[in-house]
Amino acid sequence: MELTKGGSIAIPGTKEGETDYLTLQTPENALTKTLSDAIQYARRNSIWPVMMGLSCCAIEMMATAAARFDLSRFGSEVFRPSPRQADLMIVAGTVTKKMAPVVGRIYDKMAAPKWVIAMGACSSCGGMYNVYSVLQGVDEIVPVDIYVPGCPPRPEALIYGIMQLQKKIGREPVF
Amino acid sequence: MAVDLEKLKEELRNKMSEFFGEKIKDITISHDELVMEVEKDIIVEVCMKLRDDPSFQFDLLSYVTAVDYSALGREPRYGVIYQLYSVQKTHRMRVKAYVTEDDLIIDTVYSVWKTADWLERETYDMFGIIFRNHPDLRRILMPEDWEGHPLRKDFPLGGVKSFYFKRSTEPRAGEPKNLVPRIREQLSDI
Amino acid sequence: MATKRTIEMPVESIESMTLNMGPQHPSTHGVLRVVLHLDGEVVERAICHLGYLHRAKEKHAEHKTYHQFIPYTDRMDYLAPMSNNTGYVMAVEKALGLEVTQRCVYLRTLLCELARISGHLLWLGTGALELGAMTVFLWSFTQREKIYDIFEWICGARFTVSYMRVGGMSREDYPEWRRMVREFLDQYMAAHREFETMLNGNEIFLSRVVDVGTINGKDALQLGLTGPALRGSGINYDARKHTPYLAYEEFDWEVAVEDRGDCMARYLVRMKEMEESWKIACQALEALEKTQNERCNIDNPKIIFPPKENVKRSMEDLIHHFLLASEGFKVPPAEVYQAIEGPKGELGFFLVSDGGPKAYRLGVRSPSFINLQGLEKMSIGYTISDVVAIIASLDPVMGEVDR
Repeated sequence: MELTKGGSIAIPGTKEGETDYLTLQTPENALTKTLSDAIQYARRNSIWPVMMGLSCCAIEMMATAAARFDLSRFGSEVFRPSPRQADLMIVAGTVTKKMAPVVGRIYDKMAAPKWVIAMGACSSCGGMYNVYSVLQGVDEIVPVDIYVPGCPPRPEALIYGIMQLQKKIGREPVF
Repeated sequence: MAVDLEKLKEELRNKMSEFFGEKIKDITISHDELVMEVEKDIIVEVCMKLRDDPSFQFDLLSYVTAVDYSALGREPRYGVIYQLYSVQKTHRMRVKAYVTEDDLIIDTVYSVWKTADWLERETYDMFGIIFRNHPDLRRILMPEDWEGHPLRKDFPLGGVKSFYFKRSTEPRAGEPKNLVPRIREQLSDI
Repeated sequence: MATKRTIEMPVESIESMTLNMGPQHPSTHGVLRVVLHLDGEVVERAICHLGYLHRAKEKHAEHKTYHQFIPYTDRMDYLAPMSNNTGYVMAVEKALGLEVTQRCVYLRTLLCELARISGHLLWLGTGALELGAMTVFLWSFTQREKIYDIFEWICGARFTVSYMRVGGMSREDYPEWRRMVREFLDQYMAAHREFETMLNGNEIFLSRVVDVGTINGKDALQLGLTGPALRGSGINYDARKHTPYLAYEEFDWEVAVEDRGDCMARYLVRMKEMEESWKIACQALEALEKTQNERCNIDNPKIIFPPKENVKRSMEDLIHHFLLASEGFKVPPAEVYQAIEGPKGELGFFLVSDGGPKAYRLGVRSPSFINLQGLEKMSIGYTISDVVAIIASLDPVMGEVDR
């Protein structure tokens, strides 16, 4: 593949001057980037979360997706009921010991690359529930990328957490 | 709609002692609430009577729970509470029966009110009180293989059993090393 | 390793199929798990498995002082924390034999009704979303955000408010806040009419809810259902009307009752209830305006925290603050049961005190837990898709179910 004078990429095998629908026109204001950058760009701007509303924080997660805060500005509004279609697990709420195997299993079912946000005090560290039935932080069972503090965090805090995750994804090597 | 509790109390005393005699231990009013303490072996008959008698008509079982009195040093150890309400007459009352630690069995009131199903299961789960003739007495809130009854006074807040569910620390096939979850000790184990 | 579990079931028919729904399922309102036994797609049995959000609140109550437990009540029915706060502090006040001021009563009434509207709005939004109406979800959340703003401006938190205190409030209301409530109430009814327009004549919605999940009044009472689930079956029981508390007796409003007993009836009851709540809130706001020069909290520094600005200046207030924060107040030995009408039904707090600063035992009669018992009775004979509508119409909040 080589760049011709006319600014179009000649596909090997086509004769010069011949109009081919495969010929790609590069406009003058085109940006050139590595493939890795392009993949990162796509990944971080379409993080689809799995619906993992466990308790109170789920209400704030819904509020984040709803009209006023509008999570779709950041490309993350597509809440998927199935973990197989999701990239991000927002663990929104208290993870109890009875729920822990389920959370772990949903994480396992997600396709890589996958990320986890521990939303709220409960899923970060157990929060106000230091009791027999509550898991002291979801990081005991799944690796967590971003912790969002608060009980529950405000929607702005969750959005900030997602933006931090976007930055993090931007730094992760693709290959 | 104000309810004349004194009148209800008198009526209760007359009718109940007529049927059950000495087995009705006490009828009191405290904090604007009518409380009747009964022997545990007549609980089903008492409840049936309270539901069907036209002057009481307690058709809604609000709540069933238990209290562990052991920290107060009281005997018998457990009090089982039945909170009743009458939609027709708009009055409330509470029935109490005591259960000792040696004999944790009391009859179920499922045949009187179906509400008792889950509430009694919860009481069993939390206190270990066994409801005889209950159709399906299993744990309801805790996992089925849980040991102990959490709301007993001798059960510590942090629990006794160590971690209930552990994930393997080994990386799975194709999983990068840094994705292995960090396993922390439970605070209660320390 | 997690052990493999088997679910015991009587196998009566070889054709019956078992389908697991939840605990992570978009339409089970959190972490409810229902095991459905199906004949084709008709439900034969629906067995609920609970406890996936058991956070041991009743155990916590025995280890916290009375004031420390207030934040835990927020997180029971997290759609309407104001009601839970009120129910709990009323139970403690009953054990103490404490009378709160009239102004405090009006403020609590107003906040409870706003919480009811907010709770029902979430039910409306998610319920409609599950039946395929996305717009209602976005619209109802727009209204909810306004209520959140109101809560935020009076207590600082959007919905985990922890606002009530035993004997009063954490801080008083102020004229700008009341204006804000007035603005919300002025525009609310127009939005309410829009919700009704969206759903009442909507063919898709009607075909999903009419004659689905029918339960008659006798069965509903036997199963102990309360709140809209009971009133939708024609039984007129509302704790606000029949065992009055707060200021509900003074105001002019009606209990919403429907006879059909299906999901549509429960929908209509809730919609009517939101209107009535709006009425009560308007009247409570007026009463609040009239009493704006009176005190809100009781005058008893042994029980209620002194205002924060006094703590920094007065030695006496500092001592009271310190004692309350470190030790708490003591409640004489008592056993009380206080029931209020939460958005989901009869919300009861059974409190046993032993004379110390912590509750000896606190039992919570949570309406969602008991209402959920009706699920099996309601869904037998209907299809799987109807189960979604029935769960939505029961409106269980798992935080309250498992506690």
